[in-house]
Amino acid sequence: MSVSLLFFVLVGAVSLAAAFGVVMSRQPVHSALFLLTNFATLAVLYITLEAQFLAAAQVIVYAGGIVILILFVIMLVGGDTNDFSAAQRIWSRTVGLALGIILLLAVSYSFLQRMMPLPDDPALLLQGGAPQAVGSALFTDYVLPFELVAVLLLVALIGALVLGRQPEDEGPGIPSVGPTGLQDSANAEVKAAE
Amino acid sequence: MMVPTSFYLILGALIFAVGATGVLVRRNALIIFMCVEMMLNSVNLTLIALARQWGNLEGQIFVFMIMAVAAAEVAVGLAILIANIRHRNSINIDEINLLKW
Repeated sequence: MSVSLLFFVLVGAVSLAAAFGVVMSRQPVHSALFLLTNFATLAVLYITLEAQFLAAAQVIVYAGGIVILILFVIMLVGGDTNDFSAAQRIWSRTVGLALGIILLLAVSYSFLQRMMPLPDDPALLLQGGAPQAVGSALFTDYVLPFELVAVLLLVALIGALVLGRQPEDEGPGIPSVGPTGLQDSANAEVKAAE
Repeated sequence: MMVPTSFYLILGALIFAVGATGVLVRRNALIIFMCVEMMLNSVNLTLIALARQWGNLEGQIFVFMIMAVAAAEVAVGLAILIANIRHRNSINIDEINLLKW
């Protein structure tokens, strides 16, 4: 067994164990930390797959951003340890496991068909997935999707802000816009005139 | 010697299946959320492995886009979760059934 294969098996085993930990742990905080482990090991695997820039992005976006966000929400919600599955539907656990195994078998079967051999030097072809290579591809062939992603992020930002805002119960509410609002203000003007 | 692509694909399939099972089995909306993230990541691993297989950067560009979409999804999803907690005081997915027929 060569060194690279051994390394892959070890890192993959940690990644898979962390995945199981996310699903099985009772505390949401433990799940979030297992998720962090899973993301970190996947970043290591990205480096072995000639994707250096994406490994860095994985650590920054997922480990640095998404897991922190999830931990913040857990902090706000409080660790709700009771899972309600057994109380309400006994069959859901069995059915879920069976569907997961079927999915795994179906996907693995399609992978185990004949694979083409790897190219001679993928590191040369991909330029190691370095920021320069990925960046030049992004800003030449994929400028439009890149800009659309920027728009998507802006929309998501505004949407999250609107959804997460504290509802205004006290004080003057948001003035109603549209025909009814205009009618109300017209009525008020009529009353004031009277 | 390089690790064959199929090994990475099978690891991705395993993680995806574990995540899908978690979505089906768990009832805590936050944990379901984490499982969805994990499934997205396993697909990213698959795309990067296939980018190496074909010696083509397009798979990595895809993963970059998926990361951005995942970040947006997390922001909006967690905001929805917080809004739901504010209204119903629950993150049990079975109690969030207003839009269910």
